[in-house]
Amino acid sequence: MVRQFILFWVIFGLSACRPVQTIEQVQIKGSDSEVAVVMALAESFMNHEHRVSVSVKGGGSGSGIAALLNGKTDIANSSRDMSVKELEMAAARSIRPVPVVFAEDVLVFILHPSLQIRTLTLEQLAGIYRGDIRNWKEVGGPDREISLYGRQSNSGTYVYLRENILKAEYSSKVKGMNGTAQIVEAIKQDRGGIGYVSLGYVQHGGKPSAGISVIRIGSGEGVSPLDASAVASGLYPLKRPLYHFLNGPARGKLAAFLRFERSEQGKAIIRESGYIPVELPLALAPGAEVSSMAQPVYAK
Amino acid sequence: MLNKSLQPSQTTTNQYRHLQDRVFKLLVKAAALLSVLILVGIFFLLVWNGFQMFKEVSIWQFFFSSEWNPGALKNPQYGIGGMVGGTMLVTAAAIMLAFPLGIALAAYLSEVASPRMRGFVRPIIELLAGIPSVVVGFIGIVVIGPFLAQVFNLPNGFTALNGAILLAIMALPSIVTVAEDAIRAVPRSYREASYALGSNKWTTLIRVTLPAAGSGIIAAGVLGVGRAVGETMTVLMATGNALEVPGSLFDSVRTMTATMAIEMGEVPFGTTHYYSLFAIGATLFVMSLLFNLTAEYLAAKFRQLS
Repeated sequence: MVRQFILFWVIFGLSACRPVQTIEQVQIKGSDSEVAVVMALAESFMNHEHRVSVSVKGGGSGSGIAALLNGKTDIANSSRDMSVKELEMAAARSIRPVPVVFAEDVLVFILHPSLQIRTLTLEQLAGIYRGDIRNWKEVGGPDREISLYGRQSNSGTYVYLRENILKAEYSSKVKGMNGTAQIVEAIKQDRGGIGYVSLGYVQHGGKPSAGISVIRIGSGEGVSPLDASAVASGLYPLKRPLYHFLNGPARGKLAAFLRFERSEQGKAIIRESGYIPVELPLALAPGAEVSSMAQPVYAK
Repeated sequence: MLNKSLQPSQTTTNQYRHLQDRVFKLLVKAAALLSVLILVGIFFLLVWNGFQMFKEVSIWQFFFSSEWNPGALKNPQYGIGGMVGGTMLVTAAAIMLAFPLGIALAAYLSEVASPRMRGFVRPIIELLAGIPSVVVGFIGIVVIGPFLAQVFNLPNGFTALNGAILLAIMALPSIVTVAEDAIRAVPRSYREASYALGSNKWTTLIRVTLPAAGSGIIAAGVLGVGRAVGETMTVLMATGNALEVPGSLFDSVRTMTATMAIEMGEVPFGTTHYYSLFAIGATLFVMSLLFNLTAEYLAAKFRQLS
């Protein structure tokens, strides 16, 4: 009896001693538009790959790219392309940034529901954020001052909008919020508020979250960002690629993570989070298991 | 016999003591010098890096323009006028709220409150100092901001006033503690003389005790301003960070500290933008230095008068 007891504990104890594994760390940092979806992907990935630990941080695309240039992160998340200046700096530090587009994001403008405005043109939105349009009555709303919410200059979305929609500088009245979630919260309270966020932040199962209204873009009825087919066909104008930037082509654990993002399971997570999965070749180091070695080029 | 045996051992003790004294003196001196060195080092680091910026940006633009946009598409702008204005507005409003309240609290605690009441209130005020600034900022976003928006019928609570109220809360403990110590340090004989002349408690407090504690009270105010001017996280979270020049307490402002904190994360090393953040730091340093010197001067004046 005693012998059996001892034997039981010895076997039990031995079974707990799995071979010692070294856990590999992957650091991901950058875009706040990407942080939630990449975190969801990383969690699921870690359930498959117990030997890899992935940590995902936000902070804005600018800080992600700065971290990559300073050698402080493995992957920089960015919702914008790298600037010429950043590429020059990378070259000077012998860092070779490789862009990988893993999903697409839909950018939406949100308002306080009491404004009763459903559609705006891109021109009007640009005018509002440049500070040319200051009162909602100028675009068919009530006589109420517009309060602008945006992000700080380290945000990729900030840069994307400035370059693609505003084509000029932001109004100095734009409040720089410290994250996308703070914009959503502010709009819920501000009866004159307008802000911009990733679709993933405002929709849950195809419906917008309560307390905000999502702007349709265009003339007449406009196009809703919640209409998946309109977004897919490019009818909704604010669709943009979401990047990972790596230093050199992906190998080992990084390649495994990127492959996971392209798997059916990864795509499902991307879709659930409100983003659009993409079908593009993957950048991998020679010797990695995927046949396509092409550098990804994002087709506009 | 006994005397003889004691004699040599006592001299060694004396010598030993002497040595100990000298070593200790040296240590304390070194510590004092070290802090001076660190201060000078920080100052030169800020000024040296800050000056690199003026190769590309004129001093005039930096101090007197209020256009700040280092990441602009075409013409980067490096004017800190707006954020200096924002910093001063928030700080001044915070002190106007915290200083009278702090002095009143200190007077209450030292002159009026029963020992039991004092034992209850004082630790609570001191605990205020222990709240992390992030938490204070959070309270500003979810409680005080929406409350202000409702009371003053504003579109939102991300205003200079919100930041000022939060900073006042944060500056209160240091103001109260220092002011209370100063009031307590006023000799009893002053108050007794005042009572002897027939004044009541209130007159004594206003006309005798508080003026006598004047230099300490000014020191308390300076400490409060120092806390408010350098505070970063709370204002970063609660004031909305708009770059415009504030017109009133109900506008969003972006302070100098908030600008440095926000942009340090994105700025590439060695660029004009990078150096401009050091220039902001140097400006802030000089501002608080000037302020401290003025306060020191005022406190000294006060000491002569009383």
